[in-house]
Amino acid sequence: MPVDPMLSEYSDLLFKGALTVYVLAMAFHAVEYVTSRARVRAVAAEAAPEPAAVGAAGGTGSTAGSGTADHGRVSEENADVPPPPVKASRPTRSRADRFGRMGVSLTILAVLLHFGSIVLRGLATVRWPLGNMYEFSSAVCLAAMVAWLVVLQRTSKRTRGLRKLGVFVLAPVLVLMFLAGTVLYAQAAPVVPALRSYWLSVHVTTVTLASGLFFVPGVASILYLMKRSGKPAGFVAKLPEADVLDRLAYRVTVVAFPMYTFAVIAGAIWAEAAWGRFWGWDPKETVAFVAWVIYAAYLHARATAGWRHVGAAWINILGLAAIIFNLFFINMVVAGLHSYAGLG
Amino acid sequence: MSSPPTAPPAPPEAPPEPPRRPRGGRAVLALLRNAWRGLTSMRTALVLLFLLALASLPGALLPQRSLNQQLVDKYFADYPRLAPLLDKIGAFEIFATPWFAAIYLLLMISLIGCLTPRSLEYLRAMRQKPVATPRNLSRMPHHAEAEVDGTPDEVLERVRGRLKGWRRAERDEGGVRTVSAERGFLRETGNLVFHVSLVGLLVGIAVGKLFGYEGQVIVLADGNQFCNTSILGYDSFNPGLRVDGTDLAPFCIKVDSFSAEYLPNGQPEQYTAQLGYQSAADVRSGDTATWRPDTLSVNHPLRLDGERVYLLNHGYAPRFTVTWPDGQQRTGEIQWQPVDTTTYLSQGATKFERPGIADDATRQKSSIAITGLFAPTSSGGQVVTSTYPDLLAPEAAIDVMRGDLGLDDGRGQSIFSVDQSKVDSGELVRVARENMVPGQEITLDDGTRIRFDDVTQWVALQVSHDPGQVTVLVFAILILLGLGLSLSIKRRRFWVRVVAAEPGTDGRARSRVELGGLARTDRAGYGEEFDRLRADLLEPAAASTAATTRNGGD
Repeated sequence: MPVDPMLSEYSDLLFKGALTVYVLAMAFHAVEYVTSRARVRAVAAEAAPEPAAVGAAGGTGSTAGSGTADHGRVSEENADVPPPPVKASRPTRSRADRFGRMGVSLTILAVLLHFGSIVLRGLATVRWPLGNMYEFSSAVCLAAMVAWLVVLQRTSKRTRGLRKLGVFVLAPVLVLMFLAGTVLYAQAAPVVPALRSYWLSVHVTTVTLASGLFFVPGVASILYLMKRSGKPAGFVAKLPEADVLDRLAYRVTVVAFPMYTFAVIAGAIWAEAAWGRFWGWDPKETVAFVAWVIYAAYLHARATAGWRHVGAAWINILGLAAIIFNLFFINMVVAGLHSYAGLG
Repeated sequence: MSSPPTAPPAPPEAPPEPPRRPRGGRAVLALLRNAWRGLTSMRTALVLLFLLALASLPGALLPQRSLNQQLVDKYFADYPRLAPLLDKIGAFEIFATPWFAAIYLLLMISLIGCLTPRSLEYLRAMRQKPVATPRNLSRMPHHAEAEVDGTPDEVLERVRGRLKGWRRAERDEGGVRTVSAERGFLRETGNLVFHVSLVGLLVGIAVGKLFGYEGQVIVLADGNQFCNTSILGYDSFNPGLRVDGTDLAPFCIKVDSFSAEYLPNGQPEQYTAQLGYQSAADVRSGDTATWRPDTLSVNHPLRLDGERVYLLNHGYAPRFTVTWPDGQQRTGEIQWQPVDTTTYLSQGATKFERPGIADDATRQKSSIAITGLFAPTSSGGQVVTSTYPDLLAPEAAIDVMRGDLGLDDGRGQSIFSVDQSKVDSGELVRVARENMVPGQEITLDDGTRIRFDDVTQWVALQVSHDPGQVTVLVFAILILLGLGLSLSIKRRRFWVRVVAAEPGTDGRARSRVELGGLARTDRAGYGEEFDRLRADLLEPAAASTAATTRNGGD
């Protein structure tokens, strides 16, 4: 199948555009974080009645409101505030709030560009655009950013404090995206015979989504540990409550984990058709197993006395480390059946 | 794997005997009981999970024999001191070592030991009535109360209608009517399904390891056949522990042709092999005349009854004809090994024993081997190399060796090369070096003619047999279902207390209703659902509602 060089070029342009806008968004969130006040609750109360900035992505107040009391304890903060009516007069926004809202808007714009880049890649090569490391890493970043926006959307009313974490979510994603665009970049091209299967779209897409989702709890767990340790004081004072971070980590993990399980099973079904066995301890399979076991340990740790808090957070970070290790090291350094990096 | 988290590592129940250590059987029993409790505790499960992850990791970082013997050999060459040590602990076959098996077996025992009491408790809870309404509902994480229209009976009727699908128990505590309701039992069901399925999955894998096998064989794609009748038919064979190769399903395969499509840059697009097959049933019934056609390609194996046939690799087999001076002629065609997987430059050795000579010594001295390189698309020139994997301009750069090949020595030798010791000892001598294209012929000093006839393609097939595979798939799906249920469903309780109140000003009956809610799962809470219940049950009297929602969860 011939590759359309024009579309492929536009795809690359959109990728660069998305990267640039993400950098801007991160800058805005950084300003938001620096100028925000330590007391999350005060900011939340002040900003609560406004429609969520994220609402711009899809629908407005109605969708934002639906997430109101979903998250048990989170609702504690404004529990005595009845579902907020649309307020007639707009209160003056703090600078942090203005920058935060712009940061989210930019993130949405970047996500759209990013999505366009991936779609064009697929159109240019006439195949599912997850055929090499560049495409895969790019899609993982997109999944992470979409997951982040969904988290914002679903918690926007109650925990405004989460939004300024944007800078911490964007930073690792940007690093990965930069690597994808430079070190991992591969020309748009058709894939090898082993990848010509509809299982590519099932297995790799779900792996991508799950890996992207795992970014959010990983970052939340790191921040949670920093908040718990209380150091550095000036920095962590502005973080949301430890409890909020902990719950964020848990809630995203329980979505990502079954998805990851599905992805591994789909991979096994594909491997049975392509390689003659459903499981063969290929390096990629092995580390996927290790990551799965680590996340299983995370869920168990949360029900084990003495491991519930700090221990569980460390395990979650370890899980993300395994996912990233599997993404890069295994594909690029270790020789195995999953070596489709398209490098060199 | 999830015994109640609060269970400390077994408080030893002090027997009413003196504080000396209990004697004999009792001591053993106590020890066993404590060991059992320790093993089945959540903390142990957690440690075992970590160990499992840690133990698997070298399997990804160190070369494994089961995946790539060459890499293991290279590792031995690179680290001559370290490698034998690592080998002693099984580091090159991690997943077959006893200690790896010990970890996952302990984990499974821990899991079963934890699941059994849990299942029993679960069954008991299923049959029990939901717990009585607590005296002080305002202490619950979710709480609301209000006065509503209607008699207590009418209110209870509404409550019953609203709480459809909940497990309910109604109680009458002397004029005070209560409803206790519970929901979300599927969470525990999912949890159990997940863990039981893990055990099932392992059993399925074990069955595969015991009774399955994998065999690889190379077949020339010019109508050659392969029959799965014995291990000897294979080039390599990995039997399961209970497979001795005597009872293979006797299907046959005939490879008619092989074709590969390539992109201009040499990247393969698709490999396909046209073949005919006779299933084991065909062969057993004696129907060996007809071949069922099938197309084999990557990702599309041939699925027979219990066996699967895969197309793994392909390559070239140059065909040579040797004509000795006495007119005796032999044609040889054997696979050459691809040494460059992008251009399919191949190397090999086609060996000929001289026919028609009774004297062993003479025959051995005039055997011929054709070794060298084969390029499917030759670069041309003196030094032949391959520029493209497809068969566009084939050329072979060969050395003709004459002498004793050592085929009668009783030692096995590679089919891809000649025995180097024979070359070193001078028993095998190079008599010609030539670049040849198909159809070309050369004549040796003694008048022996060697013709490069043509090139045939070969395919590498793998036959896999795994009787546990379907079991594994079923349990994998159950694992997914169980996981979904146990992570998405919240277990929660809901209580209603109704008492008659003073009639309203219009003389209509009024009731005082109090609601309480408690989520019993890991910090999930159910604030939103409670709010909806409250709205549905109390909203008519919104004005007098006093609702509080405190910390949900835990």
